[in-house]
Parts: sequence; C-alpha cells; structure tokens
Amino acid sequence: MTQVPGDAQAAAPRRGLARWIQPVGAVVRGVQLGARTMEVDIRLTGMILALIAIWVGFGFASDGLFLTPRNLYDVSVQSVPVAIMATGMVLVIVSRNIDLSVGSIMGFTAYMMAMTQAQWIPQTLGLGYNGAYIWIVALIVGILLGALIGAIQGGLIAYLEIPSFVVTLGGLLIWRGLIFKVQQGQTIAPMDNTFAILGGNLPQGSIGGLLTWVVGIIICVGIIYALIASRRKRREYGFPVRPQWALVVLMAGGCATVLGAMWAYNSYPLPPLLATKYAVAHAITEPPGGLIIPVGLAAPVLLLGAVTLGMMFLATRRPFGRYVFSIGGNPEAAILAGINTRRTILGTYVLLGILCAIAGAVQAARLDAGVTSTGTGYELLVIAAAVIGGTSFAGGIGTIPGAVLGAVVMQSLKSGMVTIGVDSPMQDVAVGTVLILAVALDAVIQRRAK
Amino acid sequence: MDMATTTQAATAATVVTGAAPLVEMRDIFVAFGGVHAVQDVCVDLRAGEVVGLVGGNGAGKTTLMRALSGAHPADSGEILIDGHPVVIPNPRAAKALGVETIYQTLALAENVDAAANLFLGRELKTRIGSLDDTAMESATRKVIGRLNPNFKNFKTPVVSLSGGQRQAIAISRAIHFNARVLIMDEPTAALGPAETEQVRNVIKQLKSEGIGIFLISHDIHDVFDLADRISVMLHGKLVGTVNKADVTTDEVLGMIIMGKLPNEVTQKELAQLHG
Ligand SMILES: Nc1ncnc2c1ncn2[C@@H]1O[C@H](COP(=O)(O)OP(=O)(O)OP(=O)(O)O)[C@@H](O)[C@H]1O
Ligand SMILES: [Mg+2]
Repeated sequence: MTQVPGDAQAAAPRRGLARWIQPVGAVVRGVQLGARTMEVDIRLTGMILALIAIWVGFGFASDGLFLTPRNLYDVSVQSVPVAIMATGMVLVIVSRNIDLSVGSIMGFTAYMMAMTQAQWIPQTLGLGYNGAYIWIVALIVGILLGALIGAIQGGLIAYLEIPSFVVTLGGLLIWRGLIFKVQQGQTIAPMDNTFAILGGNLPQGSIGGLLTWVVGIIICVGIIYALIASRRKRREYGFPVRPQWALVVLMAGGCATVLGAMWAYNSYPLPPLLATKYAVAHAITEPPGGLIIPVGLAAPVLLLGAVTLGMMFLATRRPFGRYVFSIGGNPEAAILAGINTRRTILGTYVLLGILCAIAGAVQAARLDAGVTSTGTGYELLVIAAAVIGGTSFAGGIGTIPGAVLGAVVMQSLKSGMVTIGVDSPMQDVAVGTVLILAVALDAVIQRRAK
Repeated sequence: MDMATTTQAATAATVVTGAAPLVEMRDIFVAFGGVHAVQDVCVDLRAGEVVGLVGGNGAGKTTLMRALSGAHPADSGEILIDGHPVVIPNPRAAKALGVETIYQTLALAENVDAAANLFLGRELKTRIGSLDDTAMESATRKVIGRLNPNFKNFKTPVVSLSGGQRQAIAISRAIHFNARVLIMDEPTAALGPAETEQVRNVIKQLKSEGIGIFLISHDIHDVFDLADRISVMLHGKLVGTVNKADVTTDEVLGMIIMGKLPNEVTQKELAQLHG
C-alpha cells in the first residue's frame, strides 16, 4: 500500500466512472485505517455506516416519515424472522453448505405451534384456552420439531454425504407440502395471549419504557465490562492492546448507539386508541392531551438480541464455532486435526432448524395465526442477509452480527422504498442490486488488500 | 483389519534389543483403485531414534505415513505401538496414541490465525468453557518463537503468511502436545537456511528427549545428518533399511534410484549415478 502511485494518479484528470472510484476509494481506505487502529471489524463498520446512510437518505427522501420512531419500530420488528435465521445460515454457509429449506421449516414449525396452542391443547385434549403453560408448550413443540428436521437433513448431508443443495431443496418442497396435510391448510387462530408477545404487535408486544432503559443500561455495562476484561487479560500476557483513546471511543460509541436505540424506542408513544384502552383498563383518568405511554423495546427485537449474542458466543467463543470455521477454511485440515467434522456439520443444521422454529414463532405471533404461506420465499432473503453481511460462499468467512445487519439493511431498503412510494417489483430490483453491489465491493476490497 | 490374531511369538521374533520398538508397521498395504501405493512394507522406530524415510516422487512415503497418522488407514497390515497391536482408524486415534504429524501439505485451516491452527481440535478453555484465545496466543508465541524468532503475525489468517511461516505453525502444532512419535513429511521444504537450522536443532532436541521421529526428506544430506537409520522405498515397496553408520550417501542413492542394496550394487553402477 504505497502512497506514491495513488497521488500520481490523482494528479491526472479522470473521466466517467473513474472519477467516482477515487473518492470512494479514499473513504474506504479511511474506514480501513480507522477500523484497524481501533481493532474493530472493517466489514461491520462499513455496514453500520451504510445502514446509517440508508436511513438518513430515506429520511430525507420521505420528508422524515422514514425516521419516525413508529417506522423504525416496524422496520426492526419486521427484520426479526429473517435475522434470526440468518445467524444460523452463516454457520451453514461458512462450512461450505447451504440450506434452501429454512422458509419451509419456518412455515411448518409455525403452523405446528399454532396447532398446538389453538387446536391440540385446548380442543383435542380439552384443556381450554387459558392455560398459562400453553405458550411455552407450543414453543417447545416448535423448537423440538425444528431440531428434528435439522437433524434429519443435517444427518443426510453429514453422514451420507448427499449434497446439501439437494437435501434442502427436497426439504423446501416436503415441509411446505406437509403443512397442507395437517389441517387441510386452514388458517389456525387465534394465538395464545402470552405467545402473542413474541410478535411485537402493540400494545402487548413491547416491554415498556422503564424496562427498556434497564435493558439498555445492562447492555452498556456489558460492553464496558467486556472491553475492559479482554484488555486486562491481554495486558496480563503482555500482548499489545489498542490505544486508550480507541478504547474510550469504542465504549462511548457502543453505549451511545445502544442508549440512542432505546431512546428511539421510548419516544414512540402508544397510539391514542390503545393508550385510552390502557387508561380504562388501569383506571387512570386521561389528561387532556391524551396519555403518553412509551412503547419501548419490541419483545421480538429483544429476542433477536439474545439469539444474536448466543450465536456469537457459539461461533467465536466455543470450540464448535471454531470447528465450523476451520471446516470452511480447509475441510481436509479439519479432519486431520482430529475434528469430528460430520458431527459439526450436523450441529449447524440442528441449530438452524431451531432458529427457524424461533423465527416461525415470531411470525405466527405477529400474524396472530398459523397460515400455510408463512416463510414462503424466506430462504432467499435469509441467504441474501448472510451474504450482504459478508458471508462468503467459498467458505470459512462470515460473521453473525454481519448477517443480522444484512437483514436490517434489506428490511430498511424495502420499508424505505414503501415510504417513498416505490412499487413492490422495483423493491426487489433494488434489493437484488444491493446484494450484488455488496459482494462486488467486498471482492474489490479483498483484491486490493492482497 | 483384525489385529487380535497377532501371536506373541511373532512379536518376540522381531525384537532384537530388549524392549519392543516404539512403533512397528508390518506388511502394510495401501491401494488407490488399481494403484498399489504401498505394498508389504515393514518399518520400525525406537524411542529417541530418527528414521529417515527416503525415495523418489510417488514412492509411497507419504501414503505409508498417512496410515500411521490415521489420515488414510492401511488396507491391510499391522501397526504395533510399544509392542501392542493398535487400530488407527482416524487422526484422533493417532493423536490419542501420541502420534503427531507434520503433513506434506501442512494441513492448515487457511482462514484462522496461528493459535487457532495450533490448537485446532484441542482448544484451551476458560473455567466457563469458552475458548481461551489469550492463553492459546501466549502458548503459540512461545512455541513458534522457538522455531522462528521473527514470527510476528499472530493475528493474521494463515492464508496470508509465507510458506515458511506456515510450515513453522505446522511444526509447532506437532511438537507442542508431547508427542511420543513424530512424523515429519518434508518439514523443511519451504524453509530458509536459518529456519532449517532451527528445525534441525529442534529435531536433535526432541530426539534427546526420547521422541521417535520418522523424517521424510528429499535432502539426502539432511537425512544423513539427522537420521540413525534410513528406510528406502521404491515403487511402493521397501528396498531396505540400513544403519546410517554403515553406508555412504552414494549407496543410499543407489537404493533410491536403482532399488539395489549396498551389497548388490557394483562400483560401476554407483559411478553412473553421478553421470
Ligand atoms: N489420494 C490418492 N488417490 C489416488 N492415488 C494416490 C493418492 N495419494 C497417493 N496416491 C498415489 O500413491 C502413490 C504414492 O504416493 P505418495 O504420495 O505416497 O508418494 P511420496 O513418496 O510421498 O512422493 P513425494 O516424494 O512426491 O511426496 C503415487 O503413485 C500416487 O499417485
Ligand atoms: Mg510425499
């Protein structure tokens, strides 16, 4: 990375596309340099900046409509199912496989969870609709089913060495088809009241103002503690640590982002109609301007946060995750190192099956029903989220937070285009373009880094 | 592969000097489709001994050693460790028996760093069961530092390291886990003179610690410098095993190229080797 040729080129006049490549290149290099000194992931930093640009851009284009707390609440909730599954898809793609069946598994498990809470427990078993245990039983049924489906598909892939593309393409057809065999594909409703919290619909689907601040503060303490603990440990071993200012910037940036998000959630007041209902239910007299009750963090977003943390822990702090990545880097080396690669591959599919069920639960709760079309076409969104998030089909490369950000980027684009009146086909065109651009930009940066 | 049929008599017959050899491979046979890569090969290794395994390209050296390291189990034949028949169906089994290997291909995961490769499959963990990356990096710095004091890239994926640096990681991985038997398949092929010297020193030290080493090398002088005995292979068969002290480099070259033992070869044939 010498400076001289770049400067020499800059002196020469440039035409057309080349004129734009120079400043873009400068920005990319700036981000790279900053990220390197702060020891943060370059790719993630870039994605966060891109997301901010998308939000600000749509904010202007929609006269502020996009940036209202209400819209951001919706965008965040709508991102959840794809984001949850994308965290698992990362591990599958990293280990050089693919799963095309996630949308169908999500739909199948969602339907079965709906059946459990709206048919089997209350009617078939005659236990009624009011059991406090219903939501958890339904969820466990879904998760076990997801794990079982993942185990069947993963077993065929890992132990019988059937290509994952084939197995999961079959799965895509099988699990979707089976939905129609359960209850002739009727819509199953309504969902249990507690279960419905997972959907994020108001008023029950969020955790309220006070809890939101509590969650925010806990996360901030966690960030600060994690940064300090890892620094102390590296010091103990006498390893180089990032400069103090970078530490402070990271802590401040992290906490500001978290608290900013919590503030945004809390500046979304419960819509007037719901607020009045709340006032009546709690015997409060509404003040003249109406009751202002902060909605707070959406329950499914909190769930996504927990899933993301859990998956990050598995992927980067557990041997399992390390095996997944080394299999992706060099399958032969992983075997020679004594790793049980088959069991590891099986594990990635079981995990993804469970995540599909969790995503299915969120979606069923959001729709307040089990419907046959749940998750149709999601396999492509999930794969796209992982890829936009930096997961490489060559294997061995990808991050969990990247995939979550990828899902949020896609949902932001879609919602943003809705707010400025772009029709649905053009939304697909735009998301498709962004997918290719993200990977192309990656490829260019990678090539330059070499 | 039924190892239980070994008779005690057969074991005793091959033991010349007291205790059983550390490793004994008997009548090893490996085929790939129609290619007989290794046929009826017998080699053995004692504690604190270096056995040089030499032969031309495709002679079957790597294949023979892969049977011992569990990478590709033999089709037939027996492996004995400390005189006891063992089955080595996979690399894990070999490691459990104290057999560590530096593969000719190095067998590194390209996308993770030196420490992750060194501890792959045997990660250090903290009390709560998470990976202890700091401890692994620390150990890695120590063991690689012994081979290559200039190694600094501890946080880089190995794909962007030089051939020699990668080799240093592969060697470090094999010597870090208290191996009893070390298989080194051309360990210095990519190394510079200084690093090669380091590896020679390490081999001598490991030998003095009582570790048995199979050393595959195309550098006949390397082999003469380090090995106690030399086993020569040609076209998948063992030409013979000789004591280094009893032979000249030319005689070993004769074995490698013509497949003739020192007592079978004529002076004229030896002279022709130098063309
Ligand atoms: N995985 C494989 N599949 C098919 N044939 C193989 C395989 N591995 C080795 N062989 C064949 O077995 C024979 C012995 O190969 P091997 O790698 O053991 O030779 P080598 O003595 O290590 O040679 P070199 O000095 O070139 O490393 C060769 O003819 C080779 O083509
Ligand atoms: Mg070889």
